[in-house]
Amino acid sequence: MALSFLDRERTVAKPGFNRWMVPPAALCMHLCIGQAYAFSVFNLPMTKLIGITTSTPDDWKLTELGWIFSIAIVFLGISAAVFGRWVEEGGPRKAMFTAGLCWTLGFLVSAVGVYSHQLWLIYIGYGVLGGIGLGVGYISPVSTLIGWFPDRPGMATGMAIMGFGGGAFIASPLSVWLMHKFSTPTHIGVAETFIALGIIYLCFTWVGAAIVRVPQPGWQPAGYRPPVQTQRLITQNDVFVYDAVKTPQFWLIWWVLCLNVTAGIGVLGQASAMSQEMFPGKVTVVAAAGFVGLLSLFNMGGRFFWASISDMIGRKNTYFCFFVIGTVLYILVPQTGLMGSVALFVACFCIIISMYGGGFSTVPAYLKDMFGTRYVGAIHGMLLTAWSAAGILGPVLVNYIREYQINNGVPKAQAYNTTMYIMAGLLVIGFICNALVRAVHERHHLKADDTRVAAART
Amino acid sequence: MANDQNGTTPLQLAAAWIFVGIPLIWGVLETLGNAMKLFS
Repeated sequence: MALSFLDRERTVAKPGFNRWMVPPAALCMHLCIGQAYAFSVFNLPMTKLIGITTSTPDDWKLTELGWIFSIAIVFLGISAAVFGRWVEEGGPRKAMFTAGLCWTLGFLVSAVGVYSHQLWLIYIGYGVLGGIGLGVGYISPVSTLIGWFPDRPGMATGMAIMGFGGGAFIASPLSVWLMHKFSTPTHIGVAETFIALGIIYLCFTWVGAAIVRVPQPGWQPAGYRPPVQTQRLITQNDVFVYDAVKTPQFWLIWWVLCLNVTAGIGVLGQASAMSQEMFPGKVTVVAAAGFVGLLSLFNMGGRFFWASISDMIGRKNTYFCFFVIGTVLYILVPQTGLMGSVALFVACFCIIISMYGGGFSTVPAYLKDMFGTRYVGAIHGMLLTAWSAAGILGPVLVNYIREYQINNGVPKAQAYNTTMYIMAGLLVIGFICNALVRAVHERHHLKADDTRVAAART
Repeated sequence: MANDQNGTTPLQLAAAWIFVGIPLIWGVLETLGNAMKLFS
C-alpha cells in the first residue's frame, strides 16, 4: 500500500539510531501546533476585511471571531480523547502525518473562508479540522519520547511540550510579518498568510513524521539500569486505556491538572489588564505587553525546567511544589499591590506561570508512572479534557469575580484580590487531590493474554 | 550512542536540531525584545 511507510512497523529504529533525533521530530510537531496560542494576532485584522482601515457593519465582530479559538480547543480535547488509542496503535509517524495534514487543511479551508467572507468556513477549517490536528499532534510524540528516554521521561516530554509554548513565539511575529507583506492599501493579507502558514507547517510536521522512530521492543539506553528496587508510585505494568479512566488515580490527576491550569490560565488571559489596573500610572500599555511576553517566556521555560526537575524529585513532589509555592504566591500578590512593588508582582507571576507550564509538561510522565508506557499517549489524550474544562473555568472566575467586585464599589486596583485568594484556595484543593494519589491496584494491570491488546495488534 | 548499521550521523543530528532550533531561538529573541519593554 502506498502509505505503508506510515505504519508503526516501518518506524522501528535500526541499530545505531540516536535517540536525540526524536526530540527535534517532536518539536517539529509541537512548534507548529503551538501557533494556536498566537491566533489572536489575526483577530483585529479579520474585523476589518471589508472596511480595511476600520470595521464596517458587514465586517465580523470580535465576539464572533473568539469562537474560532474556542472551537479549536474543544476539538483538541475531543480528538485527543477519541483518537488517543488510534495514535498509540498506529504509531507516531501516522499520527504526525495526519495531524500535519489536518492542521494545514484547517488553514487552507480558513483561507477560503476569508476570501469568500464566510465565517462558518473558518469555524470548520481552523476550528474543527485544525482542532483535530491540534489534539492528534499534541499527543502523537508523547509515548514515543517516554519509550526512548526511560531514564528521563519528564525531561523528554517536557522538551516537546515546551515546543507547544514556543510555537506562539514563532507564529506571532511571523504572522504579523506575512500579513504586512501580503497586505495592500485595498486588501488585508490574512488569507494569503493562512495559505503560507499552512504550507510551512505541512513541511515542518512532515519532516518530523519522516525522522521520528520508535525504539525496538526491549530497547534500553546504553548504561541504563532500570531501578532494581521498585518505587511504589512508578509501575512496571501497563493499564489498558479504557481501564485507566475507571481508576480514582485518573480522576485525581485530572483534577490536579485542571486546578493547576485553572489557576494559571485565568491570570494569563488577564495579565495585561491586571498589571495596569493594580499599578495605575506605574505600568503603561507598552510595559504591560512586555509583561505578557515575559510570562510567555516563563510559561515555555517552566515546561522544560519543572518536567526535568520531576525526574529527580518525582512527579507527586513536583505537583506538591506547584500547589504549595503557588498558594503562597497567590496570597502574596495582593500584598505586592498594597506595597506598590511592581518587581515583586512580576516575580510572583513569572514563577506562577512557570508552574502553569510545568503542570502541562509533567503530567505525561505522571501518567506513565501510574499507568505504564503502553497506552500513556491515549490516556494523556483523555486527560486533556481537564485543559478544556480549565479553559472555561479560569477566565470565567477571573473575569466575573473582578466585575462583581467593581460593581460593588471595590477600587480597580484591589478588584483582583478576592480572585487571588480563590485561586490559592483552588490550589489547596489540588494539593489534597495530589496527596490522595496512590499506586494503581494490580487488578487494573494489563495481562499478557488480554484479548483487547491482541485485537489491537492484528 | 553507537553509530553502526544505518545509524545516525552527527551531521543528521545537527541538521535536525538546527531545523527546529533556529526558528525557536528567533521567536524567543523576538519575545525577549518585547518583554524588555517592561523594564524600559
